[in-house]
Amino acid sequence: MDARILQEFRAIVGPSGLISSSEDLHTYECDGLTNFRVLPVAVLLPANAQQVQSIVRVCHAQRIPFVARGSGTGLSGGALPVENGIVISLARMNRILAVDIPNARVTVEPGVINLDVTGRVQPHGYFYAPDPSSQSVCSIGGNVAENSGGAHCLKYGFTTTHVLGLEVVLPDGSLVHLGGKCLDAPGYDLAGVFVGSEGTLGIATKIILRIVKRPECTRTLLAAFPGTNEASAAVSDIIAAGMLPAAIEMMDNLAIQAAEAAVHANYPDCGALLLVELDGPIAEVETLMVHVDELCRKNGAWDIRVAQSDSERALVWKGRKAAFAAMGRISPNYIVQDGVIPRTALPQLMNEIARLSRETGLRVANVFHAGDGNLHPLVLYDRHIPGQEKAAEALSFQILELCLAAGGSITGEHGVGEEKKCMMTKMFSKPDLATMQRVRAAFDPLQLCNPTKVFPTPRLCGEKPGEYVPHKLESSGLAERF
Amino acid sequence: MQNLRPATPADSVSGIQPQFVVAPENEQQLAAVLALAKESGLAVIPRGGGTKLDWGNPPKRADLVLSTARLDRILEHVWADLTVTVEAGCTLQALQQTLAQHGQRLAFDTLWPERATIGGALSTNDSGVLRIRFGALRDLLIGITLVLPDGTVASSGGKVVKNVAGYDLPKLATGALGTLGVITRAVFRLHPLPRMATTVTCVTNQLLSAERLLAALLDSTLVYSALQIRIPSANPHELFVDVLFEGTEQGITAQIAQLQALASFATVFEVDHHVWKTREALHSQYLVDPSSSALLKISTCPGDALAAIATLTEITKSRATASAVVQATGLATILLSGARDELLHAGKVVCKKIESAGGSLVVLGNSVLDADFDAWGSAGDALPLMRAIKAQLDPQDTLNPGRFVGGI
Repeated sequence: MDARILQEFRAIVGPSGLISSSEDLHTYECDGLTNFRVLPVAVLLPANAQQVQSIVRVCHAQRIPFVARGSGTGLSGGALPVENGIVISLARMNRILAVDIPNARVTVEPGVINLDVTGRVQPHGYFYAPDPSSQSVCSIGGNVAENSGGAHCLKYGFTTTHVLGLEVVLPDGSLVHLGGKCLDAPGYDLAGVFVGSEGTLGIATKIILRIVKRPECTRTLLAAFPGTNEASAAVSDIIAAGMLPAAIEMMDNLAIQAAEAAVHANYPDCGALLLVELDGPIAEVETLMVHVDELCRKNGAWDIRVAQSDSERALVWKGRKAAFAAMGRISPNYIVQDGVIPRTALPQLMNEIARLSRETGLRVANVFHAGDGNLHPLVLYDRHIPGQEKAAEALSFQILELCLAAGGSITGEHGVGEEKKCMMTKMFSKPDLATMQRVRAAFDPLQLCNPTKVFPTPRLCGEKPGEYVPHKLESSGLAERF
Repeated sequence: MQNLRPATPADSVSGIQPQFVVAPENEQQLAAVLALAKESGLAVIPRGGGTKLDWGNPPKRADLVLSTARLDRILEHVWADLTVTVEAGCTLQALQQTLAQHGQRLAFDTLWPERATIGGALSTNDSGVLRIRFGALRDLLIGITLVLPDGTVASSGGKVVKNVAGYDLPKLATGALGTLGVITRAVFRLHPLPRMATTVTCVTNQLLSAERLLAALLDSTLVYSALQIRIPSANPHELFVDVLFEGTEQGITAQIAQLQALASFATVFEVDHHVWKTREALHSQYLVDPSSSALLKISTCPGDALAAIATLTEITKSRATASAVVQATGLATILLSGARDELLHAGKVVCKKIESAGGSLVVLGNSVLDADFDAWGSAGDALPLMRAIKAQLDPQDTLNPGRFVGGI
């Protein structure tokens, strides 16, 4: 990068806010999708919105593409740097600015960690509902970009349900306010468009979040089934009975083995495990739990346990939340996907995945949000065996095609990012994508803001990513992938 | 072209008389008609049931009314997945009746459901009493198909509740008053019909008591499907706090007991569910004599809602009457009656106060608008961005010109 421009950046963020040496830049060359890496030209760490504006104005004037980054835990390459571009890290903007309990609103900077929002309002009996498994490390800004979900979004909704307003720096450096602390701000719901736009429409510098009162009680039931078909049938019965649990999670036998090996959650050894969580008023929950128990038994559950205390409940969830990272116990490498299908298609899809697994010889562990049909198939492989990585990638994309054929989506939570942009043409028609691009053009006419993400670029689609190389933090054992 | 007829005075929009009304049979016809209208430089007013047609500012021009009346089919109710795909011209009542056959509902109550259509409800972002528990339409909508003025038919979202692929165009279209495209179909997530439902209320003539109870309820672990405060008239000052409990009998009984413990100032007693139709009653009352009334929608933080009503009634008390219903979400509907000058003055003063606290005041129906008091109030600093989006999707200003915020 031109020394003059680097000097402009240094003047904005100060010397400690600018990273430009090659060794330090490597930390930012990828996010949680470690097999895609691009070295940024520079990394900037602004301390406030004015600095973000100044940086973006320079980029706008000089036509430098930029990528915003939160905690870098994303699984679709949303924070992957762009060639000849910079990374704007929001890590320093990590303050909780205002807590308004009577109106159940919290205002935060984008670098605030998801779980810390709950931590702050917990003493008042509130929590921040969207709970991705990475919540102890992921940032609110990142959650906003991906419209993150989590196990409890079946009942509580996604990030977009809990974002009331945003302060945003647009790609030309101007500052705008979308939505607000009160509902139904006049005009287009631009806050709703911004959430889930994967960092392509601007950079959020302040977010107004909705918090929720902790329910009177929470009961978590664990049920062991002979297989995923029986467990799926139980899920369908629960929904058909008019119940809406806070969460319904399913794990198959391979996933259970891995989780047991990793965190010893004391799961029963079974074909499929169902985790059903109900919350609400005590009298209501206890009445409904009896019904859930009956429906599980009716569908062949042979071991049913209800967590009796907070610590038991935490242990039950620990196994589920550690599932991805636990794969390392049973396989050298894995690829996780994030497809969604209508719930009724679950048994059919499980059969298809089992068939593909047999045909390719690659094991697939299944963990998913059974309540809303969001699958996380974990394709297990060994990169040291020639051809296995390519085969694993191909299988993971075949699973996404099955999801589309069943009327679902290519991504429920992780986002399209870099990883799945080539699949956008399979999910949407040309007019659909063209219309989205028109909206994008209104925000970012010069195409500087995370420009290569989400939408297919003819040159890049069709090219395969390089050989998987674990990040040095992974190989040194300091970090695990979620 | 089929189903094209000259417009009559009954088709006028906020006093502007269009020339023709067209009712296409299906999505492709609608797209073709809209594209032709754009090519011909016509101003198009999309219309569903016409129940909220005079919301927003009067249109700058109105040549063609585009009716969605014939796009009224329920395309697919996948009850096992709790989703439904429905055309924009279907009425809310027809939809709910079909969904009820499998014990489900769209958890949303609207004004005049027997006439109001899906497209209209979405385009106006109407919301009722269930919002506090189930969210607004934007939270229930999972997919949309939009026809742009150039004839492009664009779909976004999908048929599954959890989906983050692509931009959230369903959110963009919701509340856009048909200024970006004509909604032709929508996909919603559904909820089970409740096993039981009980409405209870308690009465007070002390604003402070009502405020305290509201705050206590919002901070409690009670799960209510609706919570509102009815203020039938400013003089005498009587407030009713209504609560809707839905669920199992055991759950409801236990919760009513807890509510009574919180409402120490009054007895909690059961009432008919018709109290939840209060908002609609205010709207209907307004329509009886719009020239001497004003219908306002106020949005404040939940804690400030009653204070906003108090300010309004303070300003108007000697010369106008007020009737209001406040949802615990902070959204309130207020009906004012009196001389136009007084209403205009009151509206402007209160609007300024509410906007400075981060809220908004929208005038529904145009009896009290003038050159410096439009239907929407301030759009804030995002207005240029909104204009840019409008310019991208409707560059010729074909759809509802001038009706939206900032004169969009």
